[in-house]
Amino acid sequence: MSLILNLILMNKVENMTSPGHLKSKSFFFFVATVLVFLISRPASAVLTIEVNKGVDAGIPIAIVPFGLEGVSDLPHLPADIVESDLNSSGKFDPVSRETFLSQPTDLGSIQYKDWRLLKAEALVVGKIINLGNGQLEVRFRLVDVFRERQLTGQKFVIPENRIRKVSHQISDIIYQQLTGKRGAFDTKIAYITAQGKDPKRKFLLQVADADGFGPRTVLQSNEPILSPAWSPDGNWLAYVSFEKKSSNVYIQNVWSGERQLVSEYPGINSAPAWSPDGRSLALTLSKDGNPDIYVYNVDNNSLRRLTRHTAIDTEPDWAPDGRTIAFTSGRSGAPQIYRIPVAGGNAQRVTFDGKYNAGPSHSPDGKSLVLITDQGNGFRVGIYSQEERSVRELTDTRQDESPTFAPNGEMIIYATQKGGRSILAAVSTDGSVQQTLRFQQGSVREPAWSPFNRKL
Amino acid sequence: MRNVLSYVVVLFLSVAIVGCGGRKAVDGDVNVEAVDGTAGASTGGLAGDGVSSSGLDDGSTGLGGAMGANGPEGELLSKRVVYFDYNSSLLTLESEAIVQAHAQFLASNSGVQIILEGHADERGTREYNLALGEDRAKSVANVMEALGVSGGRIQNVSYGEERPVALGYDEAAFALNRRVEILYQ
Repeated sequence: MSLILNLILMNKVENMTSPGHLKSKSFFFFVATVLVFLISRPASAVLTIEVNKGVDAGIPIAIVPFGLEGVSDLPHLPADIVESDLNSSGKFDPVSRETFLSQPTDLGSIQYKDWRLLKAEALVVGKIINLGNGQLEVRFRLVDVFRERQLTGQKFVIPENRIRKVSHQISDIIYQQLTGKRGAFDTKIAYITAQGKDPKRKFLLQVADADGFGPRTVLQSNEPILSPAWSPDGNWLAYVSFEKKSSNVYIQNVWSGERQLVSEYPGINSAPAWSPDGRSLALTLSKDGNPDIYVYNVDNNSLRRLTRHTAIDTEPDWAPDGRTIAFTSGRSGAPQIYRIPVAGGNAQRVTFDGKYNAGPSHSPDGKSLVLITDQGNGFRVGIYSQEERSVRELTDTRQDESPTFAPNGEMIIYATQKGGRSILAAVSTDGSVQQTLRFQQGSVREPAWSPFNRKL
Repeated sequence: MRNVLSYVVVLFLSVAIVGCGGRKAVDGDVNVEAVDGTAGASTGGLAGDGVSSSGLDDGSTGLGGAMGANGPEGELLSKRVVYFDYNSSLLTLESEAIVQAHAQFLASNSGVQIILEGHADERGTREYNLALGEDRAKSVANVMEALGVSGGRIQNVSYGEERPVALGYDEAAFALNRRVEILYQ
């Protein structure tokens, strides 16, 4: 068996350099159901962001294309990415580049009156210097136009292929400086893509930059994959795969591709949710009769039952303090959100608004939950405030799914339907900013926003 | 051990790598099925193969019962899908009659095994629907077990909303997708 495996593997790798020969090789009459990929696999498709609605008054900011020293083939990358990032947050109103009167690249060459004329309050200038050997120096300064002084600035020395990442880091620094909140542009999203139709459907677990650039497949299967969840350190994804013809839970290292089957009891194994310390997974298992919540310890493989009810209990999500778990239960008839202490005890009902509340996910500060709510208007993203004890609809669509917070708590990413297929969208926690992420192909769903992780 | 004798089972976990030799073998339990040369095809039909003409007792239930390609034939036995109401796992009267017929057939054909595959419509969350699909499969299994079919011959699987038979966001499609399929092995 392992010999066959290796032969196929070698053949596959060999063929990657000459994809035109793929179909002529006899080994390709065997098509694997499951393929695990490393995250370093190159991008295949790009998605783009459309901002549908912004706040009325964003901060007017001018981002000048960076000066190039010894660099010829780079497009206006940092400026383009920073502008797109800040624009997509809805909190900024970038000044059109066509109106610029000058193109400074450092502090000394700024004519402040040029920027006051354009009503820019903030100005970003920078430079990319070719250091040779594939290394670049990228430096930028964020300037207060009215006070005529630098607010912040930084220098990075990076390999050429990190230019996008550094651009997102610059966006994060500017966002933090001007809004007081940590930026989440230098993060990733994981999501599921379904391509084709039964019985030739393909399911992909993919990871892309938070702006949708550079999607990479980390798992491919002919059977459904669902519920991807990032570990708190951003190095692992837990998910449900049907590759063994029933739902089982796996964890996979996004860097090495190392994978472990963590739960394959009879019945359902699903809805993995990491504890804040990364040592446990809350799971939904039905091995003891019907779906209940269990806590699985990743270190010692121990399993503890948390809920015990004849109704469906599923979709656990840990509070950031690690003390309680919110989950969906059908114990009152239709699904509603409940909360139970991790140490054990009684579950308390949380939501009472509307006829359907499910799929809770905590905000990073633990003060609210995003969920799917049906209050008679279809299935929409809703936000439950612990303080107000009520659910408010955030979207005006009818088929929303899988909302989760960005790690800074500023935006919520979710799946919705548009033009007959599933797409990803994002909405700010107050509903004022909405954007859709357009993918080139397939049905895209179940987004999960990564935690902050410099390595990602 | 269920199924799929007609497929070659190949364990194949490939790590596609660009410029990196860090392949790690994953646990050896991953069953992967080889399928025919039409790239990417998944194995759709679990049912039927391998039991089709094995001298099963037919007619003893009074409801038909000759084994066809996908299971027993007969007025009720030919119906191998039962449908449910929204957010419900309760059998309708019609569904119950179908399930009872299959239960009687199974009770008098002790060598036959089945998979009950539960499904949900696409509304609501995927995980809740996964649980709902299993609940529906269990409703069917409970009736069968009450009529004397050993639980060991029944395997429940839920696909939730992942395997719809009807596309479209309307009640006609939803109604067809809220189902349990009785798959004879």
